Amino acid sequence: MSEQLSSEAVAHIARLARLEITAEESATYAGQLSAILEHVEAVRRLDTAGVPPTSHALELRNVLRADEPRPCLERDEVLSGAPRAEDGRFLVPRILGEEP
Amino acid sequence: MSGSGTPAGAPARAGEAGVEGYEIVVGLEVHCELATATKLFCGCTNAFGAVSNTHVCPVCLGLPGSLPVLNRRAVELAIRIGRALHCEVRPSTFHRKNYFYPDMPKDYQISQYDEPINVDGYLELPGGLRVGIERAHIEEDTGKTTHVGGGGRIHDADYSLVDYNRAGVPLVEIVSRPDVRGAEQARAYVSELRAVLVASGASDGRMEEGSLRVDANVSVRPLGSDVLGTRCEVKNLNSLRSLGRAIEHEAARQVALVESGGRVVQETRHWNEAEGRTSSMRSKEEANDYRYFSEPDLVPLVPDADLVERATAGMPLMPAARRKRVAALVGDALGGEAGASDQVATVVDLGLDDLVVAAVGLGADPSLALRRAANEAAQRPEEARRLDATAFADLLGLEVTGKLSSTQAKTVLAELLEHGGEPEEIARRLGYEALSSDELAGVVDDVIAAHPAEWERFLGGESKVAQLLTGQVMKATKGRANGRTVAEALDARRG
Repeated sequence: MSEQLSSEAVAHIARLARLEITAEESATYAGQLSAILEHVEAVRRLDTAGVPPTSHALELRNVLRADEPRPCLERDEVLSGAPRAEDGRFLVPRILGEEP
Repeated sequence: MSGSGTPAGAPARAGEAGVEGYEIVVGLEVHCELATATKLFCGCTNAFGAVSNTHVCPVCLGLPGSLPVLNRRAVELAIRIGRALHCEVRPSTFHRKNYFYPDMPKDYQISQYDEPINVDGYLELPGGLRVGIERAHIEEDTGKTTHVGGGGRIHDADYSLVDYNRAGVPLVEIVSRPDVRGAEQARAYVSELRAVLVASGASDGRMEEGSLRVDANVSVRPLGSDVLGTRCEVKNLNSLRSLGRAIEHEAARQVALVESGGRVVQETRHWNEAEGRTSSMRSKEEANDYRYFSEPDLVPLVPDADLVERATAGMPLMPAARRKRVAALVGDALGGEAGASDQVATVVDLGLDDLVVAAVGLGADPSLALRRAANEAAQRPEEARRLDATAFADLLGLEVTGKLSSTQAKTVLAELLEHGGEPEEIARRLGYEALSSDELAGVVDDVIAAHPAEWERFLGGESKVAQLLTGQVMKATKGRANGRTVAEALDARRG
């Protein structure tokens, strides 16, 4: 059985996803997300003995392409989608976080 | 497999500055850019130094609706690396590593997480030390950020500029076990790994262009302890020199901390080459919470026999195997000689081992072949790699049979490397006609007549004087005489 998700856990997940939510929203989502998890728990009640494990919905393996260059986008076109650009590069605000 | 038991560590090195009484334990993570024509998941060209943002497309820019398709060549090179490092090459899957940093426009990096393609291998260093390889997995490289304004460092910059040419370039990350002890071994490990990556065709090995990037996990523990200390990951190591210095400084910092009653905090630290010290990069505890989940757009990668065979076709011998090949040649013939293992490492390092092996195959003396290759030919490695093995073997033959003195042989070899040709012909041209025994006898008699006091001492059994007399003969013959023949001639006159 899944445990009830705490408001703190919801706030942590929101922080990792860079979502700003209020304490009330945390409580609301904790309830709603717990209900969803409980629903998904039903899968665990299935008897999966004899069902091979899989990591993908498709039965495909080794989908590969040849190492052959294809045309890239024009730089002007690439940068046209950016809010700001400078010197042919994307300009991003000062990075307050840390490098991964 | 290797690495699962005791660390392959040699005894700790005493005397590294500021760490007396402690052992430095290092694990290394090496990111290797694969030498493919295109990126890992799209057909954009994989090239260093192009005009910014000209090698990008919807896939590597993470535009909506784009889908990644795995590059076959990147997979083959990853398998070659796995094989070269004696890994188990196994079925694998891809995950998304989620983080918010503008070097990846998707806000995640596609990597291999709990099911990497290569696991449990080892790398054998020239001294024989085996460093365990935990895993070598496939992932994509990130874009390049340049911090502008302020001090040019990330935290005080006004803003940053991003070039996505490198985003999506195929990488293999090779993670060692904590089997490395100290800075010197760490340098030897990276240097040998680089040689393996280049030999396997996976990488151009250019550290200065970022083709190989090294992070070091450093910890210290009291000598004799077998418990691992808390480690710090040191980043920004762009050369073997930086790697060595950073490890020494980080270890000294940790020892000073422990000695003063503090404790090491597990964190990532940035190496500052100019200041010669490391500094903390992260503060947030959840920085490592990457919320990995299975990449839904990529199916499993299963290296079946067909794929592995195709990938490893034409794999050359790796440096460790080549060293063994040359060492066996010399060892079989002579039972090993002092300094031979350094000479073996040198000829393999410079790619002259094929020359030595071929010359010995043609009947050349193994020890002399190794010595001339490691000492003289090694001075001009490019020419030496092109040297005809038959000519090399002929030259060695002339020296062994005493037709050329060793001084003459070295001169002929230099000429051979510069202009090519036949050793005997070169020797003739240089006037290195073998001294006739009559001519030599005359010279020896002259030398004895000119040095009566020394001759008396020689007759009295003072063997040191023999060298002086031999030297005089060599001088008189301008190096054309063979040292051994002269010694024999002197002995013969002793009566």
